[in-house]
Amino acid sequence: MRLYARPYAGQMLVMLATALLAVAAAISIPLVIRRIVDGPVTHGDRSALLPLAALALVLGVVEASLNFTRRWIQGTSTLGMERDIRDVLYRHLQSLPPAFHDRWLSGQLLSRLTSDLSAVRRFFGFGLIFLVANVATFAAICTLLVRIDVFLGLVVTASLVPIGFLCARFHHQFSGVSRRVQDQTGDLASRVEEAAQGIRVVKAFGRRRHIVDQYTADSTEVRGTQLEKVRIRAGFASVLDVIPNATLGVVLVLGALAVGSGRISLGDLVAFITLALQLVWPVEALGFILASAQEAGTAAQRVFEVLDTEPEIASPAVPVPLTGPDGGPPVGRVRFEGVGYRFPGSDRDVLHDIDLELEPGETLALVGTSGSGKTTLAMLLPRLADATRGRVTIDGHDVRDVALPDLRTVVATAFEEPILFSASVRENVTLGRPDATDADVEAALDLAQARFAHDLPWGLDTRVGEQGMSLSGGQRQRLALARAVLGRPRVLVLDDPLSALDVETEALVEEALRRVLAATTAVVVVHRPSTVALADRVAFLRDGTVEAVGTHADLMATNHAYAEVMGDPATVVVPGQSRREEVRR
Amino acid sequence: MSAPTKAPSGADWRGVAAEHTENVSSTVAGLLRGRSRRLLGSLLAPHRRTLWVVLGLVVVQNLASLAGPYLIGAGIDRGIPPLLRGEGGGTLAVVGVAFAVATGLQVLTQRTFMLLTGRIGQDVVLDLRTRVFEHFQRLSMAFHEDYTSGRVISRQTSDVDAISEFLDGGVDAVVRALLSIVGIGVTMLLLDVPLAIVGLASFVPLFALTLWFRRESATAYRTTREAVAMVIVQIVETLTGIRAVQAFRREPRNEEIFAALNERYRAASQKSFSLMAVYGPGMKLISNVTIALILFYGGTRVLDGELGVGVLTAFLLYLRRFFDPLQDLAQFFNALQSATAALEKLSGVLEEAPSVPDAERPRALPAPRGAVRFDAVSFGYKEKVVLPGLDLHVPAGQTVALVGATGAGKTTIARLLGRFYDPVEGRVLLDGVDLREVEEHDLHRAVVTVTQESFLFSGSVADNIAFGRPGASRGDIEEAARRIGAHEFIAALPEGYDTDVRKRGGRLSAGQRQLVSFARAFLADPAVLVLDEATSSLDIPHERLVQSALRTILADRTALIIAHRLSTVEIADRVLVLSDGRVVEDGPPHELAAGTGPYARLHHAWRQSLHRTGAA
Repeated sequence: MRLYARPYAGQMLVMLATALLAVAAAISIPLVIRRIVDGPVTHGDRSALLPLAALALVLGVVEASLNFTRRWIQGTSTLGMERDIRDVLYRHLQSLPPAFHDRWLSGQLLSRLTSDLSAVRRFFGFGLIFLVANVATFAAICTLLVRIDVFLGLVVTASLVPIGFLCARFHHQFSGVSRRVQDQTGDLASRVEEAAQGIRVVKAFGRRRHIVDQYTADSTEVRGTQLEKVRIRAGFASVLDVIPNATLGVVLVLGALAVGSGRISLGDLVAFITLALQLVWPVEALGFILASAQEAGTAAQRVFEVLDTEPEIASPAVPVPLTGPDGGPPVGRVRFEGVGYRFPGSDRDVLHDIDLELEPGETLALVGTSGSGKTTLAMLLPRLADATRGRVTIDGHDVRDVALPDLRTVVATAFEEPILFSASVRENVTLGRPDATDADVEAALDLAQARFAHDLPWGLDTRVGEQGMSLSGGQRQRLALARAVLGRPRVLVLDDPLSALDVETEALVEEALRRVLAATTAVVVVHRPSTVALADRVAFLRDGTVEAVGTHADLMATNHAYAEVMGDPATVVVPGQSRREEVRR
Repeated sequence: MSAPTKAPSGADWRGVAAEHTENVSSTVAGLLRGRSRRLLGSLLAPHRRTLWVVLGLVVVQNLASLAGPYLIGAGIDRGIPPLLRGEGGGTLAVVGVAFAVATGLQVLTQRTFMLLTGRIGQDVVLDLRTRVFEHFQRLSMAFHEDYTSGRVISRQTSDVDAISEFLDGGVDAVVRALLSIVGIGVTMLLLDVPLAIVGLASFVPLFALTLWFRRESATAYRTTREAVAMVIVQIVETLTGIRAVQAFRREPRNEEIFAALNERYRAASQKSFSLMAVYGPGMKLISNVTIALILFYGGTRVLDGELGVGVLTAFLLYLRRFFDPLQDLAQFFNALQSATAALEKLSGVLEEAPSVPDAERPRALPAPRGAVRFDAVSFGYKEKVVLPGLDLHVPAGQTVALVGATGAGKTTIARLLGRFYDPVEGRVLLDGVDLREVEEHDLHRAVVTVTQESFLFSGSVADNIAFGRPGASRGDIEEAARRIGAHEFIAALPEGYDTDVRKRGGRLSAGQRQLVSFARAFLADPAVLVLDEATSSLDIPHERLVQSALRTILADRTALIIAHRLSTVEIADRVLVLSDGRVVEDGPPHELAAGTGPYARLHHAWRQSLHRTGAA
């Protein structure tokens, strides 16, 4: 935290200084009042009244100007700090691997980026300043009080003891609840997010009632925790408030007695009490300030939980250049050597003992039933996941030894669920290759049968994605494919890239893809015999490992399980009873 | 932002129309403010009685705290002279006890006050949250497609937070501040009229300052709300598409976009901070000047013998307590302005009428049979006409497959049947009842849609299947999974049906997610099943399992199937070939395949694609 506050340390000190000076000005005004009451008013000295009143006026103006300065700086410094941390946190989230994002609900991340950072900012802009300023005020006033009257001054100072005790107890009670509220609010945000993104499913099943009930239950839980917070605060604040008031009562009685015995003057007592009254606000505000400090503390904790998560997938400290065998550009020889993968926290391998080699320009299809680990295997190449055993190499370089941007420039990926960003079609297609020419874009669009993009209202400048025009699943998939093949990447990973296309378009795309794949090393995850035709060889995955490698025809002839998965064309229309039995087995 | 070309009227600014506009005319600002005030009023309405209790407490508390300075004055003016004269401290003792009682009362009332206002605040937030959440769920797909999920999230998180912050801190202070200002004002008048008039005159500049602040801050906070929404939209988009972000090295570009939005949010917030930097100290300045004036004027009057020293002292003490709450009031007003901007947005959302509204007098569908009729239905998105006028009758129990190129209107027909949209003209009827007259819950018990994007909620596999029929037993859930061939993979998961699928089902593969959403639909047991590309990610063995399951499942129910793979189409009783929103061919699949029409051509191409690899 200190790191992020440092650039603003100077401004914070100015804020603190202005806060202290303003307090000093505020304290001085009653002192001037005492001088007026004790001096000119009591002695009938008219000539001294005006200058002293003018002094009060000046002090008043100074106090207001100091307040203005403090608030003005508060705007520039703490908001700047909040922005800086938000930038850093956003950058960090982008660097964390998909496995992290699968684990964390987005609402929890979102609430850290928004409400938690605001809580931290509020404390730095107000709580921290006044925590220091109020302690200073307390010390200053007590010193002044002791100078007016030692005995009464010490009585006031002694009120610190119960205040300290109360604060310690409050700290103990409040921090747990504060954290709980923040966690529950994050969960609530996740519910909101899921309900917004899954609205089609909710509507398809008419489950509005169900999901609203769930949300209401969660909101009610947040309300309960918040009320607990209110109870703790109310108990603390009301008892805290009694202390300065009770102290004043004691001072009043003792002070009057002192005046009675002639130990102090009436003016002294008035000044004493006026000054002592100035302690009421700093003490009362302590309740608010401490609550804010606690909230900021737990919020910062939540932020740092994410910031302190090291990206498991990052560029190495000393990356090797991704070069081909002759030191030139990579040729795209891909090897999986003894590769294994298991999900973090799981005790079972999804993939194990995988050895595969792809010659430059070769296309390998990955075939297997749902959940056989095809997608996971493919994602090891662009390092969207890292093998937990063995290694993946391109032209002999372990992908983990290469700088991530270099690796991902060489390896292009198209996902099964196409993701478009809120940007123009052009920007979406040239993603990651900003140097692509118009001709490159045209070629990619042609290849992916995505010429429809020209017919959009603003052609390639039409904004698509969530904040733009909505496209059909097939259209999105074709644009995502165009993006992947743009600029003929050395290595291409295609995860079931044609699933949403109709038969005719699929045939056209396949035809075009075949030309691209002739010169590109590619790993293609496929479900369909038609797409298998793109591949030179097929790796058949079963039980987390490669069971057989060969051409489609060979495997169909020699591997019964493979034929099963690919479906014998002759039996597709009316699946035979016996075959169904075998699948069930 | 461009200025409205027409004179603003209520209609132009209904709902969320004014969201992108920061500088609105005063007429519109008035409309928006009135709308948010009505919302606040309706949120507070159930707490009217508690609010009166709170008000009572504040009165007691203020009387108790007002007694403080009064008792000090009394102690000095009446308690000390007798003591000095050696007549004992009796009076002083009475004053001391009264002071103690007043303090005790103050603590008690404050505690109760905080508890009650805290409860009201939390109840209001809960009420607002559920209202907005439910309303978003009620709004139609057309709204959601335009509005984006990021905005939906931002409205329900940061806007609600702004209001909750206001209720947390604001309400406490304001009631107390207002009452103590009124109370002290009256007390000052009782003490000395000329001095009180000088004190109260300060309200003229204070009021002018407040008017200025209100106008400026309304605009500033409106901008802030919009800026934070854009930040949230960007965050949501990044987190949702993180795989593509990383695979295509979009991180630097995203950082650029985010930094700009984040900076815009900071600048907008700073604007409101700066306004507050003028407003709060401005009030302080006015009050300090007034204190100096009274000091001089009061001192003169004491010298003239028109005023006692004790009265002046008490007056000065009161004066500070008169002005101190003004700072609280400024804070409150600031929080109110921020909350009002948020309320403007939320009331706008609540004002949006669903374009697919709930039936006013719903007709019951106790035992739907599933006869579907499209009666001269036309539909288009924005200007583009998709269905120019469709007549279609699907008898109960029939399985119909829709075939045609992208944009032929297949998905539109499915969406009209699932009532994601309402037709522009004509009617969609289920068992002779217009869908617009059926209650949503009834409708979706009868018609269930499974789409290509199989969205799963975080939670267990069982929870996700049970979404089809909340309250279904574990046995029912497993049976549904078994019937479509999902049981084996689910049982093999680390914790079987209780395995957490993680965010959006990230733990499962696309095919597995599709199987789960199929199980979900089967468990729902609807009379009409709409399958829009629901098997696209399945591997062949699973697709076959699903198809054979469909044969039995669809035997006694109506189904509408959209599939690019004709293998799925083959199980239909009837095929409709669509082109530009019109039915160009209609008949049983084997008959059409044997003919010479468009379906026969499609069928031929598909057979080719199957054999292509077989021969390779």
